Amino acid sequence: MEPLVQFFYILLPFLRDWPEWLALTVIGIVAALLMFGFVAIFALFAIWLERKVSAHMQDRIGPMEVGGWHGWAQTIADTIKLLVKEDIVPENADRILFKLAPAIVFTAALAGFAVLPWTQDFIPADLNVGLLYILSVSSFAVIGILMGGWASNNKWSLYGAMRSASQMVSYEIPVALALLAVVMNAGTLSMRHLVMAQSGNILDWNVFNFFPLTAVAFIIYFVASLAEVNRTPFDLPEGESELVGGFHTEYSGMRFAFFFLGEYANMYVVSAIATTVFLGGWLPPFEFLSFIPGPIWFVGKAMTMVFIQMWLRWTLPRLRVDQLMYTCWKVLTPFSFAIILLIGLWKVI
Amino acid sequence: MEANQILFIAIALLTVLSAAMVAFSNKLIHSAFALLATFTGFAMLYVYLSADFLAVTQIVVYVGGILILILFGVLMTHKIYSTTKKTAHNSLIVSLLGGILSAGLILFIISKAPWAPLLAKGFNPTTAIIGKEILTGYLLPFEIISVLLLGALIGAIYIARAEDK
Amino acid sequence: MVGFYTVLLFIFTGAFLVSFTVALSRFFAPTKQYPEKLIPYECGDLPQGDAWIQFNNRFYIVALIFLIFDVEVMFLFPWAVVFNDMGLLAFVEMFIFIVVLLVGYAYVWVKGDLDWIKPKPRLEHLAKGKGE
Repeated sequence: MEPLVQFFYILLPFLRDWPEWLALTVIGIVAALLMFGFVAIFALFAIWLERKVSAHMQDRIGPMEVGGWHGWAQTIADTIKLLVKEDIVPENADRILFKLAPAIVFTAALAGFAVLPWTQDFIPADLNVGLLYILSVSSFAVIGILMGGWASNNKWSLYGAMRSASQMVSYEIPVALALLAVVMNAGTLSMRHLVMAQSGNILDWNVFNFFPLTAVAFIIYFVASLAEVNRTPFDLPEGESELVGGFHTEYSGMRFAFFFLGEYANMYVVSAIATTVFLGGWLPPFEFLSFIPGPIWFVGKAMTMVFIQMWLRWTLPRLRVDQLMYTCWKVLTPFSFAIILLIGLWKVI
Repeated sequence: MEANQILFIAIALLTVLSAAMVAFSNKLIHSAFALLATFTGFAMLYVYLSADFLAVTQIVVYVGGILILILFGVLMTHKIYSTTKKTAHNSLIVSLLGGILSAGLILFIISKAPWAPLLAKGFNPTTAIIGKEILTGYLLPFEIISVLLLGALIGAIYIARAEDK
Repeated sequence: MVGFYTVLLFIFTGAFLVSFTVALSRFFAPTKQYPEKLIPYECGDLPQGDAWIQFNNRFYIVALIFLIFDVEVMFLFPWAVVFNDMGLLAFVEMFIFIVVLLVGYAYVWVKGDLDWIKPKPRLEHLAKGKGE
């Protein structure tokens, strides 16, 4: 039986008496709403954190007014502001596709949360092909971005969307190959089993496997995932100094908010994948720390990765388009191929 | 009717209706985006056939690769929005004949295929089985695929570059 | 199967939440629209020409190369899953597969299809620009 279903049956025993399909539906929707709640709270916190981090790195103090303590309620106020903003669809835009695009981008981001293993007993959908599922979900986001950029009938939007799409597809190759390096050793694609294969102490985590080969794969994954979520130094699609707002230039109000939410959700998803695949997921680094529950380790490690993403954003300048393609096709891809062949050689000899 | 069957019919309807939209939509770009629903519907049908690996592969390759290629291709055409779809050959007899022939072929396959035993097998992970098979029983086709992909890569790039000049 | 059903429910819930929230904002948001507001943004000027422009076919070539490698990667995943059990045989077989495709990779690299158009800044105008 699925870990999630078991989890809910133990938590709420009366679900056993319901017809199976109804119970499964209720459990699935509750899990999805839980994940949505997490996404919303995470985005509120991460946007505030990002402004604070950027401010302190630039020797400013950032938002200080709303809510009292260090302006903690600033993002909540911003969200309410977005809710009461006018919803504008530009003339000559393709209205259906324009309205569909934010839904696709956000839904793809939320669907990514379906396979994240928070702990051994709580994983919304323990698919046998979990890792590949993550790759497939990210391809929906590309389509949504192209759709929004095209439907806006705006040159900035279309150009940003094209850049974004070609960047995201290009960097999917290094991402997939870096993940492959771990799968070769673990022999499974299920997120739960990938973590369970790393049990032990910190040296059993995949980063330290075949040292330093998997560590390099981890770095390749991290760099490529930055490009997948359009973060600096790979933020050309949204480079505000050249493309205004990229693919979401024409979006306002709640539709814009969902693009933004999707972006932050994706930041967390790629960090959580890195945590699951390379950094031991919910497992503590040492045995004596196992009294701290798994989800805290999982979120803690993922948040550390999110912080590193922010740190890089406020440290590095933006790449040029030709440098972007160079990094992907002539640095990351050959290196990841080499790592796969080297790990294969290591294992057979 | 079981809940399972209702879901199946809904997915089949999604697939067929979006495929009809691809064929009948007047705007090229709408056809391209309708393919998104068709490909997704296909992937869901693969899940019903308990082919989990094939389902995600369908999404990664078709939605993530081919659909993007189609969209880029559409965006490279002139006057995307107002272009009406025209085919060079508009002969009714030829298209009717082709349609009847392919429908007959599909009906033949449907009547010959051993459907029930496949569905009765239940839901098992398929990735490892596929991996074992391509490395043992289907080794030669598998290696030929790599040559095919090589040919496709070089050929497609060559043609695309020729258009550039 | 249950896992995939959960995924489907995630998709439905996501789509529902988006449409619900957008509908909710209808009640709070003002709707004062006039023709100027609906003009696509183009730095404050009136939009020039068609926004649905034709694209450079660099984008197309990159997508082509990606597609081939995407298919290859999908073949590598089942191989990686069984790699532990199959050992040397699996390694040799996949080595041939990868090497054949690396030939194609080398071809596009040498032919320059992996290069984006580089900016060629003309700086002469700067040298005699300001001082004079």
